[in-house]
Amino acid sequence: MKVHSSKGAAQAVDPSAKKFTIPKIKRDFKRNKEIYLMALPAIIFFFLFAYMPMGGLIMAFQDFKPKLGIIGSPFVGLEHFRAFFNDPFFTRLLRNTLAISMWELLVSFPLTIIFALLLNEIRSKLFKRTVQTISYMPYFISMVVVAGMIIDFCKSKGVLTQIMATFTGSTQNILSIPEYWRPLYIGSGIWQGIGFGSIIYVAALSGINQQLYEAAVIDGAGRWKQTLYVTLPGISTTIMIMLILKIGTIMSVGYEKTILLYNPQIYETADIISSYVYRKGLLEFNYGYSSAVSFFNSVINFVLLLMANKLSKKVTDTSLF
Amino acid sequence: MKYYRSIPRTIFEIFNTILFVGVILICILPVWHVVCASFSDAAWVLSQSGLIWRIKDFTLKGYELVFQNKDIMTGYLNTFIYVVAATSIGMLFTVMAAYALSRRDAIWGNTIMFFITFTMMFNGGMIAYYIIVTKVLNMFDSRWVMILPVCLSAYNMIIVRTAMMGIPESLIESAQLDGAGHFKILFSIVLPLMKATLATVILYYVVAHWNSWFQASIFLRDRTKFPLQLILKEILVTGDVTSTINGGSNANASDYSGDLILFKQTVKYCTIVVSTLPIFIFYPFIQKYFEKGVLIGALKE
Repeated sequence: MKVHSSKGAAQAVDPSAKKFTIPKIKRDFKRNKEIYLMALPAIIFFFLFAYMPMGGLIMAFQDFKPKLGIIGSPFVGLEHFRAFFNDPFFTRLLRNTLAISMWELLVSFPLTIIFALLLNEIRSKLFKRTVQTISYMPYFISMVVVAGMIIDFCKSKGVLTQIMATFTGSTQNILSIPEYWRPLYIGSGIWQGIGFGSIIYVAALSGINQQLYEAAVIDGAGRWKQTLYVTLPGISTTIMIMLILKIGTIMSVGYEKTILLYNPQIYETADIISSYVYRKGLLEFNYGYSSAVSFFNSVINFVLLLMANKLSKKVTDTSLF
Repeated sequence: MKYYRSIPRTIFEIFNTILFVGVILICILPVWHVVCASFSDAAWVLSQSGLIWRIKDFTLKGYELVFQNKDIMTGYLNTFIYVVAATSIGMLFTVMAAYALSRRDAIWGNTIMFFITFTMMFNGGMIAYYIIVTKVLNMFDSRWVMILPVCLSAYNMIIVRTAMMGIPESLIESAQLDGAGHFKILFSIVLPLMKATLATVILYYVVAHWNSWFQASIFLRDRTKFPLQLILKEILVTGDVTSTINGGSNANASDYSGDLILFKQTVKYCTIVVSTLPIFIFYPFIQKYFEKGVLIGALKE
């Protein structure tokens, strides 16, 4: 045992350890049996609940019938995809999904960074901690409760409606007006997520070498210049990583809030690809068609993620993989 | 560190302070509104428009009605079972996998790592997941569906793995020289060194499971298995949004009998408080570890 493990450590540095020969695999398996055993539950988990559903995407090419199962259902080729592209709602779904994502990318994303930067400028430790503790809290409130609160605030007697009424004079339920959906969606998202989202930047900010600031001060840089030339470059890696991740989810707007809050009156702006998949698949049992829509969505996301990663690697030398 | 303070700087700091006081208010006020309304007289709450910022005629009538509601009580119990089971199983699998993948000498390590991270980038989508869990794994309307398919998160596993890679290799090697196996090393040496990360990840899991409702809404039909959030959804959302597509039943309505109309609104506020309170009690205990835990993960990224 002793000899084996010390050998194992030596092998890790040996470049030839990369080569997979049969005896090497056997030896590795013997020596690291325990390691593989430890990873096994996770491997089984992801196989069952992530890879099997991926395999289940075959449904997208079938006229899937639950009775016949994935193996027995007849294939229809690209029929569902063709139907989706010709769906009268296709452009509306795409437009709504992209609009929400773009608003999140252009408003929520930079606001979170600005929030972290401004938080960093607070000098009273106590005040800073208070702001942090309180602004993280909404993140821990469940989506159902947030939705319940939004519904309450948007009623004609609700807080938000009353505030809006001072500008527009109308006390119509906000959740029945298509124009208000996007600001409501983005705004409530910011309320819930800005504090928590800023943690990662606050962490990155505290990792910046303080000597850089001292050097900048000696060079005559004011706070603004320091922010521009020390702070922002210091957290640029974190920003890029978060941006790549964000771009990778452009087509997958969170459906939970939408499903909880939308109604036919505001489908015009609220219905997104994932809520449509939910409706078609789980409420109307149109399994084949909805999994094709879902497949289309996942593939575009994946391609966007790869593209963002590649671009970032080229331009800023930062990448996920 | 001392700052050079100019007049613009002072003006900026004043504005910054005002801004963050505003942020605090915006974060707190909606919650404050709900809490005040939950303790106030039902008729008064109904007559109010706009923000409720004080308690009027303190009463616990709404809470009484909530605690009399059987659905809410079984929902509470179910959620408790799901959270405890899913978090314990999930944490066990998470630390084991994270430890295995933080060892550098196993030649399949990178392959397994890719196998796991790939699931964060691509997935089969809602429908395929539903069909596999229902038809192939036969978990429809079983309590296990609230525990097993959701117990592990690739993201949390990576946080734990990153923290483990920061533990000095020499510590693990010397334990191996003493003849300790990997399981022993993990549980008696590695885990005690990373309490902050573990606390953070446990918080992530607990909050995610406590707040989860969608999994239950698509897989559970038996009301006695419903978690609290799904009951809440019926009370807070389905009863109100004029949608036919959400299609939930309003069976809980009969529980309130005559008081229903008057107390409907107050009961909503009370259920919000009752369902969210445990998380807010739990959160401050973890918060001191919490930023440290996230920080470790973030810096190593």
